Amino acid sequence: MVLSDATAFPYGLRVLVVDDDPTWLKILEKMLRKCSYEVTTCGLASIALQILRERRNKFDIVISDVNMPDMDGFKLLELIGLEMDLPVIMMSIDGETSRVMKGVQHGACDYLLKPVRMKELRNIWQHVYRKKMHEVKEIEGNDSCDDLQIFRNGVEGFNERGLFMRADSDTMRKRKDMDKDHADQDSSDGATVKKARVVWSVDLHQKFVNAVNQIGFDKVGPKKILDLMNVPGLTRENVASHLQKYRLYLSRLQKQNEERIMGAARQDFSHKGPSDNLNLRSSFQEQPSNRSNGFQHSSQKIQAQTNIPDPHLDETKTSVTLKVPDKNGTSVSDAIDPQNITSASPLSGVFSFERMPVNQDRKLSETMILECQSWSGSVPPKQFMQYPKHNHERCDLLGDYSCLPKLDLEHPIAPGHLYAPPPVISMSCSVEGDVRDFSDVKPDLLDCMKSLSPALTCTVESVSAQLSDSVVTSTNSDQKFSSVEGLSSIKDCDFDQERNQATLLTSEEASIICGTDLTCLHDDLSGYQLQGVSFGNIGLNSIDLFQCNDAMALPGLQNNWYDDVEFSSETMEFPLLDGGLFA
Amino acid sequence: MDYTNLRRQIISMKKSLFDQGYLDEQFNQLEELQDDSSPNFVEEVVALFLKDSSRLLTNIEQALEKYPQDFYQLDSLVHQFKGSGSSIGALRMKNECSMFKAHCNDRNLEGYRTLDDSSSSIPASHSLLEQLHLIPWLTQMPPVTPEDEEGACHSEAEAGDIFSCKHKHQIKGPVST
Repeated sequence: MVLSDATAFPYGLRVLVVDDDPTWLKILEKMLRKCSYEVTTCGLASIALQILRERRNKFDIVISDVNMPDMDGFKLLELIGLEMDLPVIMMSIDGETSRVMKGVQHGACDYLLKPVRMKELRNIWQHVYRKKMHEVKEIEGNDSCDDLQIFRNGVEGFNERGLFMRADSDTMRKRKDMDKDHADQDSSDGATVKKARVVWSVDLHQKFVNAVNQIGFDKVGPKKILDLMNVPGLTRENVASHLQKYRLYLSRLQKQNEERIMGAARQDFSHKGPSDNLNLRSSFQEQPSNRSNGFQHSSQKIQAQTNIPDPHLDETKTSVTLKVPDKNGTSVSDAIDPQNITSASPLSGVFSFERMPVNQDRKLSETMILECQSWSGSVPPKQFMQYPKHNHERCDLLGDYSCLPKLDLEHPIAPGHLYAPPPVISMSCSVEGDVRDFSDVKPDLLDCMKSLSPALTCTVESVSAQLSDSVVTSTNSDQKFSSVEGLSSIKDCDFDQERNQATLLTSEEASIICGTDLTCLHDDLSGYQLQGVSFGNIGLNSIDLFQCNDAMALPGLQNNWYDDVEFSSETMEFPLLDGGLFA
Repeated sequence: MDYTNLRRQIISMKKSLFDQGYLDEQFNQLEELQDDSSPNFVEEVVALFLKDSSRLLTNIEQALEKYPQDFYQLDSLVHQFKGSGSSIGALRMKNECSMFKAHCNDRNLEGYRTLDDSSSSIPASHSLLEQLHLIPWLTQMPPVTPEDEEGACHSEAEAGDIFSCKHKHQIKGPVST
């Protein structure tokens, strides 16, 4: 076809249409086909997400209805924006301003009213194009012209006749200039001003979160974050829009947390965790009920993870090797195999003490695997939700978990194989000394336990903190380890007295979160019991199980264990971004 | 002869549907979408619509039977119904649904009556649906020629006859229930 008609332009634009109304689906498909687009239709939001995840790069734009039975259209919109960074157009028969505004707030690049006319559909390519322009511009701003070239190549499809090519360069240059002028370009319109193709990897996000923590959430600003992050190629716009999303995400999370924490004692995590779960990012999306939208960080992910019931967990081994973190507090290796542990993810991060000086006989298997399955759902995702709430670092942690996806749920990490903790786990569990490490570890362990929580039916034979064996030589030997059985609570473990209690920030954290003091975590970490945590076969060597006080009794370990994780021997500083976060 | 007459009736009916506000421009859009690659497009779409709408209507009826009435759910169901109707351009249906929703918002369905003032508290769409069953059939007709048009004007009465057996709504022309 001769492309003399600009409107017929981008051929083969790959569109995904999501609508629960079969009649509309058929009509839209026909209309889009007439526009020479490539159409895929889908009747459910969850399926749409699945499709998008599987074929991440196979779509250019998504059109979705607002009212759908299995998931709110706005949520889907957010998720897509965050995960895949695709432009999303919303549709609805309801054209009320408030709804339209909500759409835009959630990042829709357009809001169409039903009945949708074909001419409206013809123009959707502009959203795709605009986005590409932005991306290029952003990349360009930092990199060489190579990007420009790449963009050009990428845009080739759009530019069959070079028509746009020319426009490109001019426009792009203009945009660049414009952007420089509009330094404060607002990213209120999430979709179009979204970050360019900057992929917010776990690392990057971790840095971001670190920076935010450092600055103080309420004082945070894109420029400051950018400076702190010190990532070449990252622009202020990238950070700004990411920050915005992050805020939205956190606030949403918090709300959900609040709701969920209340009730969710034991949810059944029995869904089989698809390998999706591995991908933390997606995992949280797995939870339909979770509104984990937005940031797929940590908590969400974790949650998702928790929901991933891995039927095998029960039998899996459980050696949780906690490695004592080094002096520098490397990221805690995952003592728990994140995969297995559904909620383990966060824990994993927590426990990834990389260099364990201890001789671990049991290697910290990253898997506390958790047999978690059993903990089917008992650990409500919420638990993780809590996470962001209290400790920003936690978020980091969780964010780190995004690395977790790499873990293969199906294959428990071999002992000793530290699941490579996300680069930046802010687990400051890093500890100074062995001993400390141990104590640090403990909380983590605790966390792990907690996360494993109620549902865990596995019995832990000997949860003995490995640490105590080797690393924590200085610790008292009274760290006994109580094995956790079934779902019974973990018996108290004595905590090494020498620990610097400080490490158990968790208690503090916990208090923050739960509002109660984890007394147990304070000074003498003795007698911590992980309530309701039962780890089957968890071989936590000499892991002290702490008992979190009631506050943590939440079947889900909801609150605290996050706290536990976070202690930095050096500083127990946990920016509680409580209110600030959700500013 | 009969055929011509019939044809005229159908055209008239179709026109009537538009005039009466049962169908709107969206229906024309559907007709425009029909082409060689999908020659029965309109028919398929309407069939799909009718099938889906029956289901939705059943849900609505069930929800209406509940006591106390769950307005939120009703609103949601009718919203779906409305969206569905908008797909083929069932204007009247859409309006009925909007009205119904407004009553839901007020938490009061007592005052709701369908357009035809029947005692039914279900959106008029029910009978409308029956009427709409005719549409696929209508779409099979060849395009209206000027001659047909002319003929059509004279056969509104006839069209009315055709309609009357199926609907309770008032339409122009004699209605014989």
